[in-house]
Amino acid sequence: MFYREAGQFKSTYRADQQILPIRQDRVAMALLLLTAFVIVPLTAPEYLLRAILVPFLILSLAALGLNILVGYCGQISLGTGAFMAVGAYAAYNAQARIEGLPLIVSLLLGGACATVVGVIFGVPSLRIRGLYLAVATLAAQFFVDWAALRLRFVTNGSESGSVSVSGLHVFGLPIESPASKYLLCLSFAVVFALLAKNLVRSGIGREWMAMRDMDVAAAVIGIRPVHAKLTAFAVSAFIVGVAGGLWGFVHLGAWEPAAFNIDRSFQLLFMVIIGGLGSISGGFLGAAFIVLLPIALERLPQLLHLPVSTAMSSHLTSMVFGVLIVFFLIVEPHGLARLWATAKEKLRLWPFPH
Amino acid sequence: MAFFIETLIGGLMAGMLYSLIALGFVLIYKASGVFNFAQGAMVLFAALAMARFAEWIPQWVPALANPIVANVLAFALALGVMVLVAIAVEKLALSRLVNQEGITLLMATLGFTYFLDGLGQTLFGNDIYKIDVGMPKDPVIVAESLFQGGILISKEDLYSALIATVLVALLALFFQKTATGRALRAVADDHQAAQSIGIPLSTIWIIVWSVAGFVALVAGVIWGSKLGVQFSLSLVALKALPVVILGGLTSIPGAIVGGLVIGVGEKLSEIYIGPMLGGGIEIWFAYVLALLFLLVRPQGLFGEKIIDRV
Amino acid sequence: MRRVGEVILDVRNISVQFGGVKALSDISFDVREHEIRAIIGPNGAGKSSMLNCINGVYQPSEGAITFRGQTFRHMNSRQVAQMGVARTFQNLALFKGMSVLDNIMTGRNLHMRRNLLWQALRWGPAEREEIAQREKVERIIDFLEIQAYRKTPVGRLPYGLQKRVDLGRALAMEPQVLLLDEPMAGMNVEEKQDMCRFILDVNEEFGTTIVLIEHDMGVVMDISDRVVVLDYGRKIGDGAPDEVRANPDVIRAYLGTQH
Repeated sequence: MFYREAGQFKSTYRADQQILPIRQDRVAMALLLLTAFVIVPLTAPEYLLRAILVPFLILSLAALGLNILVGYCGQISLGTGAFMAVGAYAAYNAQARIEGLPLIVSLLLGGACATVVGVIFGVPSLRIRGLYLAVATLAAQFFVDWAALRLRFVTNGSESGSVSVSGLHVFGLPIESPASKYLLCLSFAVVFALLAKNLVRSGIGREWMAMRDMDVAAAVIGIRPVHAKLTAFAVSAFIVGVAGGLWGFVHLGAWEPAAFNIDRSFQLLFMVIIGGLGSISGGFLGAAFIVLLPIALERLPQLLHLPVSTAMSSHLTSMVFGVLIVFFLIVEPHGLARLWATAKEKLRLWPFPH
Repeated sequence: MAFFIETLIGGLMAGMLYSLIALGFVLIYKASGVFNFAQGAMVLFAALAMARFAEWIPQWVPALANPIVANVLAFALALGVMVLVAIAVEKLALSRLVNQEGITLLMATLGFTYFLDGLGQTLFGNDIYKIDVGMPKDPVIVAESLFQGGILISKEDLYSALIATVLVALLALFFQKTATGRALRAVADDHQAAQSIGIPLSTIWIIVWSVAGFVALVAGVIWGSKLGVQFSLSLVALKALPVVILGGLTSIPGAIVGGLVIGVGEKLSEIYIGPMLGGGIEIWFAYVLALLFLLVRPQGLFGEKIIDRV
Repeated sequence: MRRVGEVILDVRNISVQFGGVKALSDISFDVREHEIRAIIGPNGAGKSSMLNCINGVYQPSEGAITFRGQTFRHMNSRQVAQMGVARTFQNLALFKGMSVLDNIMTGRNLHMRRNLLWQALRWGPAEREEIAQREKVERIIDFLEIQAYRKTPVGRLPYGLQKRVDLGRALAMEPQVLLLDEPMAGMNVEEKQDMCRFILDVNEEFGTTIVLIEHDMGVVMDISDRVVVLDYGRKIGDGAPDEVRANPDVIRAYLGTQH
């Protein structure tokens, strides 16, 4: 019934290749952006902005980066936390050592450093793949954990790897209120989502997907495995690094190496899987799910008037989390994005079954 | 020199524990193609069960207060729990995830890890617990004639090594000589082919996960007896991953050799290379070692070479 | 008639070994430009292995391959692709996660110039290049008559159509030599006729040299200029279709020896 494409025919390739070829989708996206950029910062309560939306946006960005590597190029990575850490500490160093460096430049520099580290740790992917590669990426995770803790130059002298930042501003405007933080993160998320979408629908995106689906055949067509894999690591690490910088600077304000530990890596991987591998929107959906779930789990015992201690509550959260992950993987292994796409297809035929 | 040998032996002992945990990995991977990230959590869970049952049994049934009896019963109970876990995993998760890609299964085991961590702490509590199975805690000094002062070896470590060796030998016999072992190897090779000749996949998987649970229990008891049962056990167990990589995902001897290499390598590198880099390199040494090794020999020491047929 | 030219591909004494199994022993034959050369033989004769050698997927243990005057001991897949050799696969190595259009677009990869940064911005020259490639690919889609399926994920298509996509992807590379590995396997009569038509059209319109592995003798005899026969990794026949058909060794290989 909701056959939205009715009457919309494309007569040029350019029109056919747009990101949102259907008019209704374009309208919906415009409304969404309007709400996000204008209505939310003006009306949302501080708690929502500070504690839910900002982490949601930054983690979506990181999940976006990870999805490029795992979902589009098929290279498993369990070391994402490490790249976030590199981004954060590098940005910190840039900010601390170079007087008056604009925040955005620091963040981008952080991303660039993460890119270098990402490419270095991506080299093993040229020889090994699958689960072996996953464990190799753990090497990146633990190495960076150690480096942030022990290497002085990484933390600019700090003993335990803890650093803090303050007085952020962009183009002269202070970034202090939750609304300003939210808008900064939102801008980054939207811009990077657009760039990423462009990449995955062009030649390089097809190279990545070819490597994911069948790398032997890809080589025969003339795709260079080295180029495809390393660019995937590079682009992914860049985005994740910028997200890491945002996480440290904007969300935490002060952090230590543990903020980017292996739990963070797993969390991001869960987001990508649950959200949907190989889908730009998947990162956002997965991040929303993972950010909201612990909050819901915390509120539930209170709602049901069950007396539960905090320790018990965190154990229960762990358990429910684990069960939900498995449940999700059984029911829809391609994630929320696929569920959404399936729902849209069903809606075209509704109320007919097929 | 004596110090070097002591470090070496200490490394071998630590490596032995890694090997035990890695063994569980390899068993499950060989039989079901699942890379069980939760093996470490299973070790902790089993150890918790053992520790608490040993405590509770004398409380529940005062007549069984004899420590040996209590321990044996606790072990049996803990084993029973692990078998229950194996059955639950098979029925609820594995049977439905059979045809998914590797990464989905990996994610599922990660989810299982979180679940098991939470469950263990809910059921058994989250303090530090003792396991006392009567392992002698005093050290023994050997080779006094060769080296001045002799070499210090912990008796507990020796006993552990002995138990581990026996376990491995039993497992090897099981796989090679029994009909069930043969069935397990068939399933590991090709699920569908094994099914088509009548091997019941679900039973096999329950057996494998139970055996892995048993191995986890033994590892947990040994380790818990030495260090006390606490949450960090789960994290240390993650170290078994590079062991498996080094040895090859499908090889039991690989798990042993890999564990020993990593154990020794870690200890030696910490002492001799550590100071140059600022110390604390144990957290990444195993991984980087495995990584470098993989670049030279992707399938690990004893793993099977992967050939792509186009 | 087709104008068959000089030798473009020369295979000399190629041997391939996997552990103890010798897949190919001392194979030599040549391929002339613009011709249609068939490789036939019973199952397991080593035909796909031969194509894999030409393609750089397998490395031969002995022998060399000369392409357009350049001799190689070991072919590198990408080099081979750049030199203008494309292939289809017996088991359809399509990219299951992508649509028909995207699969064929990957074949244009060698011809795309704009780098990462341009593609991220998708601005001006990058957009124009994408559209130019799209036009070329659409022509191939028209040629292969699969317009209706262009946005469908290939995994959902029936086998015969997937084979066409495989061919389309190879054609997108604008190859000089096309290696076809059992392009008609598993097809019914109509599909085979369509495929034959495509192959002949490609050969006549673009002058593409075709090396073809095929089991259907009728097809082989009808469309090929020359035939190579392999059996148990050895060459047992080489020549025009009629010669080969009458060769007693060939007959014996297919029908078995009389005891």
